Amino acid sequence: MIEQRRLIRAAPSFGLSQKLLGINWLYVALLCLLAGVGYAALYSAAGGSPEPYAARHVLRFGAGLVLMVAIALIDIRVIARLSWPIYGAAIALLLLAALFGHQSKGAQRWIDVGGIQLQPSEFAKIALVLALAHWFHRASWERIGNPLFLVSPAVAVLVPVGLILKEPNLGTAVITALLGAAMFFAAGVRWWKFALIALPVPFAARFAYNHLHDYQKARIDTFLDPETDPLGSGYNILQAKIALGSGGTWGKGFLQGTQGRLNFLPEKQTDFIFTTIGEEFGFAGGVAVLCLLGLIVFGGTLIALRCRHQYGRLVAFGIVFNFFMYVFVNIAMVMGVIPVGGVPLPLVSHGGSAMIMVMIGFGILMSVYVHRDVEFAGPDVGASSG
Amino acid sequence: MIVDEDEHRGVFTRRALMIMGGQATVLGLLAAKMYRVQVAEGARYTTLAENNRISARLIAPPRGPILDRSGTVLAGNNLNWRALLLAEQTQDVSATLDNFSRIVSLPDHERLRVEREVAHHRSFLPILVREFLSWDDMAKIEANSPDLPGIMVDLGTSRLYPFGARFAHVVGYVAPPSEKDMGDDAMLALPGFRVGRAGMEKSQDFRLRGKAGVVQLEVNAAGRVIREIGRNEGAPGQELGLTIDAELQKAVLARFGDESASAVVMDCRNGEVLAMATNPSFDPSVFASGVSQAQWDALNENRRKPLINKAVSGLYAPGSTFKMAVALAALEAGTLTPADRINCPGHLDVGDTRFHCWRKRGHGRLDLHGALKHSCDVFFYQVALRTGIDRIAAMSHRLGMGTHLDLDLPGQRAGLVPTRFWRLRHGKLWNRGDTIVSGIGQGYIQVTPLQLATYAARIASGRAVVPHLTRTLDNVVQPGAQPEHWPELGLQETNLHAVRHGMWAVVNEGGGTAPIARLPGAQLAGKTGSSQVHRVSRAAREHGFDSSKLPWHLRPHALFVAYAPYNAPRYALAVVIEHGNAGAKAAAPVARDIMRDTLARDPARLQHAPGAHMAEG
Repeated sequence: MIEQRRLIRAAPSFGLSQKLLGINWLYVALLCLLAGVGYAALYSAAGGSPEPYAARHVLRFGAGLVLMVAIALIDIRVIARLSWPIYGAAIALLLLAALFGHQSKGAQRWIDVGGIQLQPSEFAKIALVLALAHWFHRASWERIGNPLFLVSPAVAVLVPVGLILKEPNLGTAVITALLGAAMFFAAGVRWWKFALIALPVPFAARFAYNHLHDYQKARIDTFLDPETDPLGSGYNILQAKIALGSGGTWGKGFLQGTQGRLNFLPEKQTDFIFTTIGEEFGFAGGVAVLCLLGLIVFGGTLIALRCRHQYGRLVAFGIVFNFFMYVFVNIAMVMGVIPVGGVPLPLVSHGGSAMIMVMIGFGILMSVYVHRDVEFAGPDVGASSG
Repeated sequence: MIVDEDEHRGVFTRRALMIMGGQATVLGLLAAKMYRVQVAEGARYTTLAENNRISARLIAPPRGPILDRSGTVLAGNNLNWRALLLAEQTQDVSATLDNFSRIVSLPDHERLRVEREVAHHRSFLPILVREFLSWDDMAKIEANSPDLPGIMVDLGTSRLYPFGARFAHVVGYVAPPSEKDMGDDAMLALPGFRVGRAGMEKSQDFRLRGKAGVVQLEVNAAGRVIREIGRNEGAPGQELGLTIDAELQKAVLARFGDESASAVVMDCRNGEVLAMATNPSFDPSVFASGVSQAQWDALNENRRKPLINKAVSGLYAPGSTFKMAVALAALEAGTLTPADRINCPGHLDVGDTRFHCWRKRGHGRLDLHGALKHSCDVFFYQVALRTGIDRIAAMSHRLGMGTHLDLDLPGQRAGLVPTRFWRLRHGKLWNRGDTIVSGIGQGYIQVTPLQLATYAARIASGRAVVPHLTRTLDNVVQPGAQPEHWPELGLQETNLHAVRHGMWAVVNEGGGTAPIARLPGAQLAGKTGSSQVHRVSRAAREHGFDSSKLPWHLRPHALFVAYAPYNAPRYALAVVIEHGNAGAKAAAPVARDIMRDTLARDPARLQHAPGAHMAEG
């Protein structure tokens, strides 16, 4: 019982101002720094002008910060109670997008909600993290060991993955599946179970590929090998490499980049913004940005580790993992390591919808931090103590 | 249970740290890849970047010329030296423009436009600063080029209308595209690009525009063009051959003099419009470079309406020229035969209203031939009453009046030949008085000169010819040029003959209303008409009313429709002289002269020798 006392720290006087003070402002400063890097890169991408990208970037980040702080003040237990309703809403949005959404640039589906463009797949990833965290939070150790207990969360992963695959957006579907797997892993599911699932995947994929329509096969071929579309994504990759490579070790200097400004670089303000940084600040600047991104990832993981309830740990872990996947896919894509996937660099790329979703995610992460010590027992624990 | 929680936490910590380690490795690998691209292979990419890169630029296709039927250029392209601004090549746009305006004049509103376009366009798209540069200006710009970063001199084209105002209504004009036009067609954003805004320039705009070409250029890091790598010329706009005969059109306009007038000359076998003249007109080239407010106001406020193509948009009551339609409706309906005689005492009383004939003492007993020849009003009052407005309207529509003709020219109006249903839709019942005035082409009836010419052509040919202006596209003759292309009207030949013979008598028989239109050596069939714009009171009529004493804008319009040669119809025309008073006096001689010129220009004149065939007396 003494052990349990330790859990109950949440006093009734845990008020708003205390919560505000409780926010990890150092972490917020890291996010602001990253957004600042975005401002500089967008300023340069517009040819040395705050218009039309950088000024709006700051406004959006400001709005995102306010949203983040607001979410951080919400009790994590309230968020936990809403996990499955949020998940249901996300699935409904995916269905809506499949029925009424419009496509842009070939793959990603968008829907308009009161003039705001929303990518339901981005929302679905956060909703999936909340739902899975809620599921495993309630689970005792033995239950996690029971394979039947894993059926429901597996379905919860496969439904959005299937809907995103149908969009069709293979890249985001794979990322979502990986995110789900990472959540299973962090929750303590045994190694061999992953192996059991991973083993038949190549065969299943082969089987599915053979039953696809020709145009779908062609789409996957292009995704796997962009050289089949040399004037499209292949051209982009070469131009991105030229911009990065010509930056050298120390870069050409701020506003001195030529490749982006001569418009050889497509999407230079969105998905390929990292090339502008690489061209103007060189390898040194690129590594510095990588370090900053790494600090945000590791800082987020530390928040997860410090949390005293399983729900918070899993949520924080999932959000950070999702952020990391953005960073990895974007930078790997820009350097031609993986195929072009249409993923922005969070808080740096121009674009409002992605920025808002990322800041919502960080808001939940911050709520985990603020409420890291609250009494939040799963039903299993509560039942045995009551 | 506490053990459970601790175990949870322990497993989570182990695994989260494992993942974090994996993430750190991945970030490290990305950094390593970055090292390879930027440092190890950096030199190679630097050369690639600094040497040359490929940049694609659109080239504007030349706009298709518009020719008359014999190949005379009505709208062509002129070479046009112009100064363009590439915003990405200058640090300070306003400094460049300051320097520019010190060398070549740049009015304030032009400068505002340039600055607006700089803000709206992407910086690698050139923006038009000044066009129509003289050699002097160009030399000055070239000499001062170090002070003018971003400015380049370039050879473009501008639209040229060699005949100025004379074809403005038919050919139309071009103007800079609006934001709405632009859409996602990058070609329209090219500097100096123009789109058709009126006339054939508008209706055939997409054919005339052509397709933009693409030049692939090697560009160095500073944006300077090193050399051209590839070129796709695109497709120039199609060459549009009109049915118009430029010489005839000029002759028609010359014949109008200062009158506010309109005329349409058609080939009555295939509907080709040989002349479509409207006076007064305007200079179409003023729109190409943007028209000033003062010019626009002057054009709009002129009471003779120079901007309106009266031939297709001007609505006039057809007056007595409508009588052939009434006659054909009655003949086809069986309410009149060519031999029927009707007495004209000079007026017709219906209820307590008296409808006058233009000739106060009346025409006595007349058959259709005499009624057309003398243009007797009472005869047609009676015929209209017998036939009913619905049958008259149906016949008018069949003959091309009060209905939308499928002409390839914008701005066309359908006019109106009313029906009882039309009146009902406007909340009123049709009455006998309405039918009576419709019998002489007054009341609600409104038609355009183009419809009148089509009407004459259809009576003459018996075919449902549709007027058209497009004769050839890239030298391929369009199917409408074949007379067999147009279906028969399906009217009885004897009925058509009776009406045609009446029209012949108007001009060629003693006592006709338009002997003045007689053409020596050719047989012209026609009909006069006058279109009231001002209601004449009974009192004025009793006191010897003279419409020529009215102020200009209240005088009736003078109309004349005709075709020739009578026995082998080839050309049909309609002439409307606005406020020209009586059709016989004002419009008939104009129509006669136009027809004479038309016949004189007939390429088949020598073989057919239309004058040699004499019609029956």
